[in-house]
Amino acid sequence: MSEFEPKIVAFFCNWCTFTAADLAGTSRLSYPPNIKIIRVMCSGMVDPKYVLKAFLNGADGVLIGGCWPGDCHYINGNLKARRRVALVTELLKQYGIGEERFWLRWIAASEGNMLKEVADEMTAKLKQLGPSPLQNKGQMVV
Amino acid sequence: MAKFAKLSFKKDELNKELSGFFKGMLKNGAVDAVLAPMALGKQGVRLTLVTSADNIEKVDPFAPIAAVSGAKIASSLTSRPSGRKVAMVLRPCEIRAVVELVKLKQVNLDDVLMIGMDCLGRYENTDFTKFQEQGGTSESFLENAQAGKTAMGDFDLIGACKICEFPAAENADMRLCAIGSGSDSVFIEAVTPKGEEALEKSGLKTGESPAGRDDAVKKLVAGRNEARDKKFTEYRAETNTFEALSDKLAACINCYNCRVACPVCYCKECVFITDTFRHTGEQFMMWADKDGMLKMPNDTLFYHLTRITHMSLFCVGCGQCTSACPNDIDLMPLFRTSADKTQARFNYQAGRSVDEEQPMAGFKSDELVEVTGQVK
Repeated sequence: MSEFEPKIVAFFCNWCTFTAADLAGTSRLSYPPNIKIIRVMCSGMVDPKYVLKAFLNGADGVLIGGCWPGDCHYINGNLKARRRVALVTELLKQYGIGEERFWLRWIAASEGNMLKEVADEMTAKLKQLGPSPLQNKGQMVV
Repeated sequence: MAKFAKLSFKKDELNKELSGFFKGMLKNGAVDAVLAPMALGKQGVRLTLVTSADNIEKVDPFAPIAAVSGAKIASSLTSRPSGRKVAMVLRPCEIRAVVELVKLKQVNLDDVLMIGMDCLGRYENTDFTKFQEQGGTSESFLENAQAGKTAMGDFDLIGACKICEFPAAENADMRLCAIGSGSDSVFIEAVTPKGEEALEKSGLKTGESPAGRDDAVKKLVAGRNEARDKKFTEYRAETNTFEALSDKLAACINCYNCRVACPVCYCKECVFITDTFRHTGEQFMMWADKDGMLKMPNDTLFYHLTRITHMSLFCVGCGQCTSACPNDIDLMPLFRTSADKTQARFNYQAGRSVDEEQPMAGFKSDELVEVTGQVK
């Protein structure tokens, strides 16, 4: 049997983390294909609904990437994102989706290497954890 | 220093005495209107807006029923203000919801004299009818409930009230005190300067304070806390996975009554009735294709979870969600257990203070470092 490959839905901010992913690419750094990137304009526009929907539809992890505090292109969208992540984490934890499956990380545009590290780390962690408890429950649960 | 006025009453005359108090306030111009529960014959007891002192007789604030949350009525009356002073007689949970709505600019307290009543709980609307048929009155309820006798044959107080830690109202200008005040009197307490002025104008004499009240409230709260912790533990054990939660919500038909009834579901237009969720037939087919089948209406669990992200920080535990469910899903413990976690995370308590900022309304650069665990 082949090894479990976690599906990670990644919301990357256009200005920092997505640019970092671009840099990782042009720098020929390879990171696991488990990370499925969705480009958003700001980590602050990641609605809790996006995260819930991803998990309910069977994602094994959700990663939100934003600019470091102070660096947000929209001044403070990332700080709003942080509060929202704390809120949604409290909700998910109650039903078996722990903090280890839902990450927020600050990755600046110049940190292509860090993007690779975070992608490697999260993929490894989720491989160790195994599939999401919602995996293959699909619309039966939703 | 709080001021009390004692209101003694003969048997079956509690509401008569109370109506005298409201009449005094209306006649002496302390307020222009009173919003209070009134006995409306066959229509039961409903919050009623009274502007004429002649019509205040049927007031019945302690009736164990809240057909809708008074916080929503307070919003209707004040979000576009009338400029007229109104006394609102509300339950502690309703006032706590009002506090949250003030912060959301959906209630304006400028012209409001808030009167909080001691609340020993309420029955479901249909059970309240039975309660009246069995001869129950507000007086008998106050007496029995304080002795812990709330069960009436096949019904009892709603679950939310049995685990409510707030029988006495906070953030009120005045309070109607019935807990620990004896079986032949209630006390009217003026808490704020605004309340003191109104009490003075009502013509009641201040004096004696209810000696047994503080201890009686404390005892009641202690019992409720214990019941709450037990309920939380049970419910959490029953719903510790999404699948288990989904089973709990199996009877849900996506009618969204729970959010209509919820006093703190604050959106003017709920996202679940917007185009965001008006999917194409093709989209539904694609979802069905994924597993070969799709339960309709879909997005049931998604709806409830989204609602939790929106309102759990403001949940006051009034139980209107459970009351509103046409399929008898007990939703209150779902929202209360979640609210317990989310409010604790932000050291926030819904309804505690108008001055306390709602957690999602602000942010700081140096907080919640543990979320990312990264330090530059």
